[in-house]
Order: sequence, then C-alpha cells, then structure tokens
Amino acid sequence: MAETVSVDSTVAMRRGSGTGIAVWRWAGIAALIAVAVVLPSTISNYHVFELTQVMIYAIAVLGLNILTGYNGQISLGHGGFFAAGAYTAAVLMHRYGVPYWATLLPAALVCFALGMLFGVPALRFEGPYLALVTLAMAVAMPQLLKYFDTWTGGQQGIRLAKPMPPPELGLDRDRWLYFFVLVVLLVAIRVAANLLNGRTGRAFVAIRDHPIAAAAMGINTARYKTLAFGASTLFTGVAGALAAIVIGFVAPESFTLFLSLSFLVGSAVGGIATIGGAIVGGFFIEFVPNVANDISDAAPWAIYGLAMLLVMYVMPRGVVGTAGPWLAHAIQQLRSARRAAK
Amino acid sequence: MHQLLQQIFSGLAAGAVYASLALALVMIYRATDLVNFAQGEMAMFSTYIAWTLVNAELPFWAAFVITLAVSFVGGMLIERIVIRPVENAPILTMVVVTIGLLLIFNATAGWLYSYTLQEFPSPFPDRTLFGALMTTRDVGVIAVTLVMLVALFCFFRFTATGLAMRAAAQNPESARLCGVRVGRMLALGWGFAAAIGAVAGIMVAPVLFLDPNMMSGVLLYAFTGALLGGITSPVGAVVGGLIVGVTENLVGTYLIASQLKLTVALILIIIVLVFRPNGLFGTALVRRV
Amino acid sequence: MRAKQTVVTGVCMAGLMLAVNAVYAAGQYGPGVTDTEIKIGNTNPYSGSASSYGINGKVHAAYFAMINEKGGINGRKINYITRDDSYSPPKTVEQARQLVEQDKVFLLFAPLGTPPNMAIHDYMNENKVPQLFVATGADQWNDPKHFPWTMMWLPSYGIESHIYANYILKNLPNAKIAVLYQNDDYGKDYLNGLRAGLGDKAAKMIVATQSYETTDPTVDQQVVALQGSGADVLLTAAIPKFAAQTVRKVYDIGWKPTHFLNSVGNSVGLVMKPAGLEKGVGIISATYHKDPTDPQWQNTPEYKEWLAFMNSHGFSGNITDSQAVIGYSYAQTMAEVLRMCGDNLTRENVMKQAASLHNLQLPMLLPGITLNTSADDFDPIKQMQLEKFDGTTWQLFGDVISGSGT
Repeated sequence: MAETVSVDSTVAMRRGSGTGIAVWRWAGIAALIAVAVVLPSTISNYHVFELTQVMIYAIAVLGLNILTGYNGQISLGHGGFFAAGAYTAAVLMHRYGVPYWATLLPAALVCFALGMLFGVPALRFEGPYLALVTLAMAVAMPQLLKYFDTWTGGQQGIRLAKPMPPPELGLDRDRWLYFFVLVVLLVAIRVAANLLNGRTGRAFVAIRDHPIAAAAMGINTARYKTLAFGASTLFTGVAGALAAIVIGFVAPESFTLFLSLSFLVGSAVGGIATIGGAIVGGFFIEFVPNVANDISDAAPWAIYGLAMLLVMYVMPRGVVGTAGPWLAHAIQQLRSARRAAK
Repeated sequence: MHQLLQQIFSGLAAGAVYASLALALVMIYRATDLVNFAQGEMAMFSTYIAWTLVNAELPFWAAFVITLAVSFVGGMLIERIVIRPVENAPILTMVVVTIGLLLIFNATAGWLYSYTLQEFPSPFPDRTLFGALMTTRDVGVIAVTLVMLVALFCFFRFTATGLAMRAAAQNPESARLCGVRVGRMLALGWGFAAAIGAVAGIMVAPVLFLDPNMMSGVLLYAFTGALLGGITSPVGAVVGGLIVGVTENLVGTYLIASQLKLTVALILIIIVLVFRPNGLFGTALVRRV
Repeated sequence: MRAKQTVVTGVCMAGLMLAVNAVYAAGQYGPGVTDTEIKIGNTNPYSGSASSYGINGKVHAAYFAMINEKGGINGRKINYITRDDSYSPPKTVEQARQLVEQDKVFLLFAPLGTPPNMAIHDYMNENKVPQLFVATGADQWNDPKHFPWTMMWLPSYGIESHIYANYILKNLPNAKIAVLYQNDDYGKDYLNGLRAGLGDKAAKMIVATQSYETTDPTVDQQVVALQGSGADVLLTAAIPKFAAQTVRKVYDIGWKPTHFLNSVGNSVGLVMKPAGLEKGVGIISATYHKDPTDPQWQNTPEYKEWLAFMNSHGFSGNITDSQAVIGYSYAQTMAEVLRMCGDNLTRENVMKQAASLHNLQLPMLLPGITLNTSADDFDPIKQMQLEKFDGTTWQLFGDVISGSGT
C-alpha cells in the first residue's frame, strides 16, 4: 500500500551488491559537494542567494520527509514549525542580541519540543484527521504571531541586522551565508541519514507500512511516532531560523498556509521517502514559481500547478524516488552483466 | 441575550456555507477515499460559469441548471484525465495533484475574470427575517444545503448506484469481482461532487461576493466541519459545518478576541476529535491484519 | 627616462578621465538607462490572497505602454518589468534582488504592500536604489533622514484616521466608537491613527474593536459583536470585499451608527453597489481622488481621457474600480518625475527631482489636492476631503483638509 521502494533499494544497495555501489554513491556525493563548494565563485550574488534559499527549503523538506515519508504521518502544518524556528531566531537576535549562529540550537530545541508536544495528540489521528490537526498549526501560527505582538512585533514583523562575514575569509555576505547554510545542510543530511538508516529509521518505516505487525513485534509505536514528529520539526525549525537570518526580516505574512503546502509539494516532487529528494524539492519550490512567472505573468500559479501535475504523472514517486531505484537497478544489471561476461 | 441569539443565527448562516462545501468534500471522500483540496476552487470556477451565463442575459434558473450539468461533466472529465493516471500512486502524490488543480483553477479564474469582486444575483429576495436575526438569503443557503443533504443521504442509502459507489471506494477489487464498474463509479463521484460544489458556490456567492479567492477561506472551514462530523457522513458534514460556524462566532464574541478565534475554535474541535477520532457521526475504520 | 614615462602616462590618464567624464556629463546615466530606454522594476501580488491588488501593476504597465506609443519620455521608452511576489516578504526580497542585480533596473517603482516593502527597505537604501512611490499608506515610509531612497505616494492611513478623529471630536464629542479593522499593518495603522488623533480621549471613546483576517469568509460575527458594545460610531478599515459585507450587515441588523468607511474600501462599484446602494446612505469617507462612478466628473476631459485609456488597454471590466484610478495616477507621477530628470538620469537625480515636487496636479485627483515634497518631507499627498454617500454617489463636503499624520 505505502512506499517501501526507495528504502528497500538503498538497503539492497548496501547489503547485497557489495562495496561496488557504495563506491558509486560516495563518489556521486563527493562530486555534488565539490560542485556546491566551487559554484559560488562562478555565479552572481543573486544566484548565490537563490541557491542559499534552495538549501534552506531542502532542510525544511527533509524534516517533512522524515515525518510523512518515512513515518507515514501527513503534515499540512510544517510552515508553522518553520515560522516557530524563524521567530525564535529573530526574537533572540533582536531582543537579546544573540549572535546569529547561536540561534540555531535554541530554534532546534524549541521546535523539537513543539513537535513532541504535537506528536502526542497526533497519535490519536490518522489520514485526513491528522491532516486537520497539523493544518491547525499552520493556520494558528500567523494568528498567534500577530496576537503576541510585544514579543513578535505583531503585524510589523521584526527587522534583523544582516550577519557580517568574518573578515579573514574575504567573502562577501551572500557567499558567507551560502557556506554557512551549506554546512548546516550537510550536517542535517548526515544526521538524517544516521537516524533513518539505523534502528530508529527502520522502526519508523515498519510503523508506516505495517503498524499492527510492528506493535506485535515489540516496537513502541507511540514513542517512535512522537519521536518522528519531534525530529521532523527540529529540522524544519532550523531551516526557519536560517531563513530569518538570510532574509533579514520576519513577518506573519511570510508564513502562510501556502508555505506548508509548498513544503508538501517539494517533498512529493523530490521523493517523499528519500533524503536526496529534499534537495530536488528545494530546487522545485524555489525555481519553478519564478520560471512560471516568466512564462506567464497573467496566471503564474496556473503554470506552477501544471508543473506539479506533470512531475506527478511522469514520476509518481518523485524524482529521486523514481530515479533512485531505477538507477540502482541499472547499476545492478551492469554489474551482473559484467560478472557474467567474466 | 439578543446579542447571543444574533451570534448563533449568524453562525448558523455562516455554518450553512461551510456545510454546503463540506458535502462536496464528503462526496469525493466516499467515492474515492481522497480529500480533494481543489473542491473549493472548482466550486468557485463553476460559479463564474454561472455568472457568465447570467451576464449573457440567461434567466437565473436556466443558468443554474446549465452550470450544474457543465460542472458534473467537468468533474467526470477531471477524474478521467487528471486523476486516473495517478490512481495507484501514493496518497501524497494524489494530494499534490489536487493542490496543483487548486492553483490552476484559481489562477485561471483570476486571468479570465480578473480579481475584481463581482456581484452575483440571488434567487431569494433581499429581506430580513425573525426581527433582523437572519436574511432570506441565509435561510436559502440553509434550505438548499438541507435539500442536498437529504438527496445525498438517500442516494447512498437507498440506490443501487450509491451502494456500488461505496463498495468501489472501500474495496475496489472485491467490487470489481461483483461486477461494479469501479472506474465509472469514481468518475461519477467526482461529477456529483463538482455539481454539489457548483450549487454551494451559486448559493454562497450572493452572500460572500464573487471573486477568485471566494472559496479559499471557506475550504478550511468546510474541511474542519466535514472532519468534525465524520468525513464519511453527509449528515456529519452538515452538522459539523453548522457547529463550526456557531462555535467560531461564540468563541470570537465571548471567549477571546477575534484575532484568535479561529485558533481557539480549532483547538476546541481537536479536543472533541481526541475523544471521537472519527468525527461525531463517522464510522471507525476496521483494519484487517 | 622613468620620470618622463610617468609624466606621459599621467597626462594620458588624465586626458582619458576627462574624456570619459565628458561622455558621462553629456547624458548622465545610472544603471538601466540608455539613450533609448529606461528600465524600471516593480513587485506586485499577482497570485495568492492579495491578488486583488495586482491590478495596480497591470494599470502601470498599460500606462507606460501608452506613453511609449506616444514616443516615450524625452525620447526614451520605458521598459517596465513587474514581478509577482504573492505578498510574501521573502519572495519580495528575491524579486527585488533579481530586478536590481539581474535585470539591472534603474529604480523600483510602487512595490506594493507594507510587509513586502519592509523586507526590502534596508536592502534598497544600503544599495542606494530608489524605492520610489511605495504602494502602501503606512506612516513609516516618510523618513528621509534615515531612509533617503524611499518615498511614499498615498496619503498615509494615519492622516486619514486623524481626519476622522478630528471630525468626531468636533461633531460627536460624546461618541462611543467601535472599530472593525483588517488584522494586518494596514488595518492596525487606521486603529492606531484613530487613537493618536483622539489623544487622551481615545481610551474612553473607543469602546470596542474587532479584527478579521483576509481568509475569513465573512465578518458577520465581528459586526454583530460591535453592535453589542453599544457604540454609536463605527470606523471600518477594510478592503472592498469585507467593506461591502460590513455595510450590508450593519444595515441588515438594524444598527444605525455614524459609519466611517476607509478610503480603500469606499468604491461605489466594488463596495456600495454590491452591498446595496440604499444600505450605505449616510456613510462618511474621505478621499483624494475622483471616484470613477461619480456623475460630476463624467463629462470632464480628464475622466474621458482616463476612460479611453481603460477601454483601449483591456480594462473595460474595471471602470468602476478606484484602484485603477489610483494606479493611473501613480504612473503619471512616475512619468512626470522621469520627465523632470531630462537627460540627467542618475539615481541621485531621480530622488532629487522626486523630492522637489511643488503643487503638482494630476488629472484624476480632486481639485485642490496637489503633490508636494521637499528634502524633509517624502509624503507627496497629504490632503483629503470628506464625502458622504447619498445612495447614488459620494458627495464631497467641507474643505480639502491637510493632515499631518502621526
């Protein structure tokens, strides 16, 4: 019924086919990192800024993937957790003068706590009912932000000073923030990979696919489901904090229901139960609306909607979700063909 | 006391608006096991079709009937062309497809008709009743919603097609084995839902005024009402919608400032759902191991 | 030998610099300007819940197209590039940066919305790019000392609510006031402006406030609650859809307060007619421009020119929409400022010219209302006139009032 393909394929890739595939994967990842490091020196400030946004969205979508992809709990409210992280960072920076890099940990902890709190009542709900509970978060956030205006600046929002890059590195502000976010992204991917490829990840997937069997086997479904929520919102909260730092302004209008829906779209387009898919999702959310605007300035959203439909038709499991297993399969075929030829 | 009555009646009027769209949501869910996020925008688009017809000098009821027919066919076509290709895809893919539809309908309406708000004629005269507690239009919305509710209830309970549709949604394979044309049931479900949405839109537009974003806010409330009542129950949808309308009004007036009324109303509803996780009238899902 | 080489090099370089200066001095150009073109940028919400404001950008585009058809400004065509930000501040930052850094526009004209403009406020001023004639009425944009590159256009919402406050203090000194406002910066500005205008009487006079979100389907609950407070004066700070609902509901529940309706929500075609013309009789508002449905302007050459413009550029469906009048007037102001620059099209000069407007008249503004700016005053329009609805149109009364804002 639900998605097991991509996780199974990575498991197969690691176990059955030996070290060959692992080498390919590491080479691919190293190549991507190398490109990411070299790229900023070859493109304009504006494009560096855009790529920084992509990475921020990727971290947010990664959080959603943990919850909805690996653990099967749908969330329409991740925009609200993103806002929670952003405002935590903004209030700390603006009211208490905390330096920007030190706001990430508090934002992570605040959003982790929020997620765990959410996870408990969420245990009671499934499917559309869970969607409603999470939707409440997305809808309530802007209202709460406007109401507690002594803390949050209310409708006016909070203006933040832009971070200054350390002078020794000789980087301008855009590139410095790019590398800052890149480091956080790599750490996030590593943490997510460890979490999802280990016991916890397997428990998540078991609960998603066969909850009754999982419980029968002794997995504490309540604990793991709540943990999935907390871990998920932790990632998205950190992404929110980064967004506050990079944009330099937070306001309730920045965190509408549409943002939550965008994360969901990014997740599905990239590949819901994948890690790499989060990056593809980030690219989709960031660039496709702009391209849509260039194609049609009368109805940009119509083009955006069409793009969503097209991707879902051609790759129902998302880009990485469809391409990943296909690639793994192709490499396996190659190897067995080579082995047979020997 | 008068204020309390006013708020309750206003809440019922608003609740009827939510209930009418909630019925369409329930229809789709019963037929296809899917929550259609584009339902509101489809209803809005149908209303624009009716508006175009009315502006072309057609009498109201002729425009009404034609719009219903066009919406029904349109809904079936959407199921065939847009939903059918991703039928067996994971749930989230279907959700994203409905989000895509939402954007397409919204943007196309804005492009074709601009975002300027328009008036929409009402078949009911503009008068107040019960000493200014309600207008005839509000009563009209409630009446039409109840009629649709009865029709839907009878359809699912007493007709063969309704039974076939429920079977097709719950267990497509077994239904096929029994001779039910599952594909046709799905298309019919979408067609009916689109038609219900069209009625909702046409009833609601005189009250809310017609613009491409008319149903965006309503969808959220309709969704809440449908779930509160039980996403599988038409009666639940109506009762849920009405409860949402009245609760929100009372919360905003007596409990907390209007800035937080939606938040508090949602929290209250979620608390109710904690005790009845399938809604007030919904049936619990039995999972076979 | 070495010294001689240095001198020759020095002389050549000096000569080169003089020549380059001479070329620049002939027509001083900032980024985005050539002999034949001026590129200006804009952000507007063309999607999302604020998309009803998108008509502003469309009217600007049509107006500049019309100017180009007639030969442009001082021989240069206007290349107007507008981008959708969905009213989301992070998106506005992106689009503004794209316009400034990729499209290399000369200036940003009429970006719309308070949160969007706040998000780019620092960026525009740090990079010394004009953020000219912002499309929002918040008071904070009139701050040339700290933000010399940002200028307003609209009379601020504070000025308008001060005008209402003064009227109330003079004519209804014992009033009990209820306020319905949109729960964002725009609505809050009206509430705060009213409070400031009433001074120390505010706490006593304002007996109830209710807010609504743009995602709310109706405002019935708020209106009924405000009636329940016993107020006899109502200020409504709402956009057309909700203003129409309010006007209708107030009438339907039999409440008869002295009703002040903000200028954003007083369009006859979009608000008074859908609500029911007879339901709005006696409502007071303020305005600075001509209402396109007001019969007293219908035979004037200015109105006919505007109407011709609307019909020939695809806006026949919007000829009752005040926003189209406002957008038109905005674009005229921009064109005039560019004309005043002549061939000295640097960003500094644009700001200088924009800050030197003196009694500039625009065809669709009310007679007696002109644009005035100076080095300390970046709010061009500070005057409004009160008007009362008579069941068909708005009747102006009283004199043109100059406001001072907060």
